[in-house]
Amino acid sequence: MKAEWPLWEIFIRSQHGLAHKHVGSLHAPDAEMAISNARDVYTRRNEGVSLWVVRSSEIVASSPDEKAALFDPARDKVYRHPTFFPIPEEVKNI
Amino acid sequence: MYAQMVDTGTQGVRRLDEMPADERQFQERIDAGIKIEPKDAMPEAYRRTLIRQISQHAHSEIVGQLPESNWITRAPSLKRKAILLAKVQDEAGHGLYLYSAAETLGVSRDQLLEELHAGKAKYSSIFNYPTLSWADIGAIGWLVDGAAIMNQIPLCRCSYGPYARAMIRVCKEESFHQRQGFDIMMSLCKGTPEQKAMAQDALNRWWWPAVMMFGPPDDQSVHSAQSAAWKIKLLSNDELRQRFVDQTVPQAEYLGLSLPDKDLKWNEIRGRYDFGAIDWEEFFRVVKGDGPCNRERLAARVKAYEDGAWFRDALVAHAQKETVREAA
Repeated sequence: MKAEWPLWEIFIRSQHGLAHKHVGSLHAPDAEMAISNARDVYTRRNEGVSLWVVRSSEIVASSPDEKAALFDPARDKVYRHPTFFPIPEEVKNI
Repeated sequence: MYAQMVDTGTQGVRRLDEMPADERQFQERIDAGIKIEPKDAMPEAYRRTLIRQISQHAHSEIVGQLPESNWITRAPSLKRKAILLAKVQDEAGHGLYLYSAAETLGVSRDQLLEELHAGKAKYSSIFNYPTLSWADIGAIGWLVDGAAIMNQIPLCRCSYGPYARAMIRVCKEESFHQRQGFDIMMSLCKGTPEQKAMAQDALNRWWWPAVMMFGPPDDQSVHSAQSAAWKIKLLSNDELRQRFVDQTVPQAEYLGLSLPDKDLKWNEIRGRYDFGAIDWEEFFRVVKGDGPCNRERLAARVKAYEDGAWFRDALVAHAQKETVREAA
């Protein structure tokens, strides 16, 4: 029998209440084995308390060609950052 | 190094004004320190060189498990056994991070493994030497993993994103490997005269192969200039080798061991150690497949893969059965 195992993307939530974070990928024949392999490969040193595994083929990614169209519009909207607005020294708690 | 003499498939480095527009654009991104990601445009030679380099690195991690696993069942205590098991398991993980990085370039892991098992792919020369005593496990961790760290730390800054990220992960774990090796050497050197002699014997046998790991001298490294321009090789073979020697000599002195090189001495003017001539004939012999253990390593690797086939097949059969059951 010769079948390449599908690729899975692995996400881990660390103990500090942060969101799941992508850490890498691995091959596994099914979701159960993907979890089991992810535990062995990516959590040997207390890296996390929860795992997500997602088939790589299920992930839809933005294309590098669209980078400018997608992300450049945010560049000239500096007023979205609080530091854009000068606040006088004497005004507190804002 | 873990990847030695990686062929770039190019002849000499072209100047920016000699490159076609797309290639120049690519080189300018690299020069500006922008990371290249899997879906980005890249020259075919860059892609193919990276596949060779990363897969060779991955193969080295996997084959590198063999000389050490030789001692798992014979470790001198339960503590040492647990530590060695954890170390060898790490190497499997490192191989996997690297195969994953290679796969982002459009090859599959199964394909790469096939090339390894067919004897078409290279792995580091260092793993073709035998582990004759327990002290060799100490020497490998201290010297071989020490040399690996020397090489891998600069690679954390390499131009290809997935490779750089894999290296960061590997480096975090590698320091444990080097320290456990040095710890074994310390125990032996503080032990009986026989134990100290074992440590010295292991050092005598592993020193030169470790120094050779960094690959041929700079004036004979035909592909280094292109790899450096692409920022997939950040320091030259000789520079890495010199740093390794400078770092290791004081550690050997601490252990009270002598390095098997009569020409080794501190050079006040350079502020670095001078060391003796390297037997490059031996290096090339081992790289070309004629080292002490080349055949044994490859045979062990193929056997492990074939012996596991029934288990991998069973996993696939189970997964297929479950899919059918869910659909019903």
